Amino acid sequence: MSTATTPAPPIPTPMRLGRRRRVGRTSARVLKLGAIVFFVVLFLTPLYILVVTSFKEAAETDPAHAWSLPSVWTFDAWRQAWTLLSPNLTNTFKLVIPATVISTVLGSLNGFVLSKWRFPGSDIVFTLFLFGMFIPYQAVMIPLTTLLADIHFPDQIPRLAFAHIVYGIPITTLIFRSYYATIPEELMEAARMDRAGMLRSYWSVVLPISAPAFVVTAIWQFTSIWNDFLFAVFIISDPAKWPITVAVNNTAGSLVTPYNLQMSAALLASLPTLVVYILLGRYFMRGLMAGALKG
Amino acid sequence: MRNVRRWGPGLLLVSPSIVLIAVFVYGLIGWNVKVSLSDWRQAEQTTGWAGLAAYRDLNSDPAWDESVHHILVFTGTFIVGALLFGLLLAFLLEKGVRGEGFFRSVYIFPLAVSFIAAGVVWRWLMNPAPGDRASGLNVAFDKLGVGFLANDWYLDQEWGMAAMAMPAIWALSGYIMALYLAGFRGVPEELREAARMDGASEWRVYRHVVFPHLRPVTLSALIILGHISIKVFDLVVAIGGKQLITQTPAVYMWILIYDAHDYAMGAAIATLLLIGISVLIIPYLVYTVRSEQRA
Repeated sequence: MSTATTPAPPIPTPMRLGRRRRVGRTSARVLKLGAIVFFVVLFLTPLYILVVTSFKEAAETDPAHAWSLPSVWTFDAWRQAWTLLSPNLTNTFKLVIPATVISTVLGSLNGFVLSKWRFPGSDIVFTLFLFGMFIPYQAVMIPLTTLLADIHFPDQIPRLAFAHIVYGIPITTLIFRSYYATIPEELMEAARMDRAGMLRSYWSVVLPISAPAFVVTAIWQFTSIWNDFLFAVFIISDPAKWPITVAVNNTAGSLVTPYNLQMSAALLASLPTLVVYILLGRYFMRGLMAGALKG
Repeated sequence: MRNVRRWGPGLLLVSPSIVLIAVFVYGLIGWNVKVSLSDWRQAEQTTGWAGLAAYRDLNSDPAWDESVHHILVFTGTFIVGALLFGLLLAFLLEKGVRGEGFFRSVYIFPLAVSFIAAGVVWRWLMNPAPGDRASGLNVAFDKLGVGFLANDWYLDQEWGMAAMAMPAIWALSGYIMALYLAGFRGVPEELREAARMDGASEWRVYRHVVFPHLRPVTLSALIILGHISIKVFDLVVAIGGKQLITQTPAVYMWILIYDAHDYAMGAAIATLLLIGISVLIIPYLVYTVRSEQRA
């Protein structure tokens, strides 16, 4: 990631550049900008459809008006979606908040030990953790649901939260470990000189400078747990406990549901993560690059 | 061992996570393999040994053949599409334009939206229905006078899964762009400048200086996209539901468990998914951790 931020030095223009070449450059630049804007429009098209359709009356979602702005803007579909989905939104919040907090704290402790307080074999442990990040979760789903039922683990939402915490450990550990690796050894040495133990060093040296890593990790976990469908659909059997993704897929995603309601439901389910992305996109990016390992 | 007082506390602090990963990742993977070799073929759990029966049944199951065919078409389209668009977007932005931050945010935003929510709008966009149930791109083509472009999208017998890859390309290209952008900016400016001084055209600078530097990024991107693709689930469920025509291995596993209660066969699919992904991931993990140790 460090290489990514180095600003390129200004490019000196060699004198021998002919006029024709310079004209070529300008038109190339215009062409590029045109392409950039074209892709912006392309990428935002689905969002445009979501927004305009969600504010239409059901009658206006017919093919003739499919792409046009609503002639009358109405909150009807939004109101319906809210009535339909607010219990599921509550479920998702009950799930996402504890799971994000706990997995982030675990990641911080693990990341600290695996980068600054290593033990023999800690690199192997880290590699074994990382593998857990890439497995298809299908490969644990059948035994997971069986096991949680067999040991009478608290039902429904706590089960789902537990699953997200466990399978979140690899990525949260990875983000914190990479972040802590940038803390200079001298700082740790200084703490050792003061005969500070592990927890003291963590608490008074490492934790106070961890805020950015906490933000990156928490956003990452918030977004992926919020958007999860796979775990939820396998673990939650009671429709009253469905998180928002499952509810959107099952009710608003049905083909008989009018388009305006489908779209408002999908938008409602996406608003929290979109807001986080718009406000804290920079940190979201960093989590993304950490997820690519080499970043 | 003398130093156990020094590293002991670290191991102790990480041990809860080690236990969780050991049990819930590695233990459950083993358990899943065991289920796949058992005779658990109905709702009631059984633990009798059945050898490779479930795998043999899969092998002679036309629905499984379909799923494999689908995932191959999907993966091919998705990987090529996301790599090309990611590279193109990074190429457009790499020299810096005014408003770059904004453009980047737009290209990456789909990643903050769940496949479930995105599926709702993409199902609208790729709606093959005729008449007054039509919507999306087919309607747009019609209005723009290119109605002959209208097609069956994800319900096309032959190439439906290539259409299914479109939303995935939309969602992931921004991520790949971010990886490539970091790659572009890691190329030392002196190298480009030296090539220009030798009279190389801008295209040749890219071809011989810049692109070779991007190979490791392409490798990472391939692995990231590949492992996402093999287990694709949410997107397919959101757009195609449980139809055979869009069924992928992950969706088939879900159907086998929830509708057919065939746990051994579901577990067999999960095991095959894991093997497919491990072939990609394990060499990559080992390589990454080794090169980190060398650094």
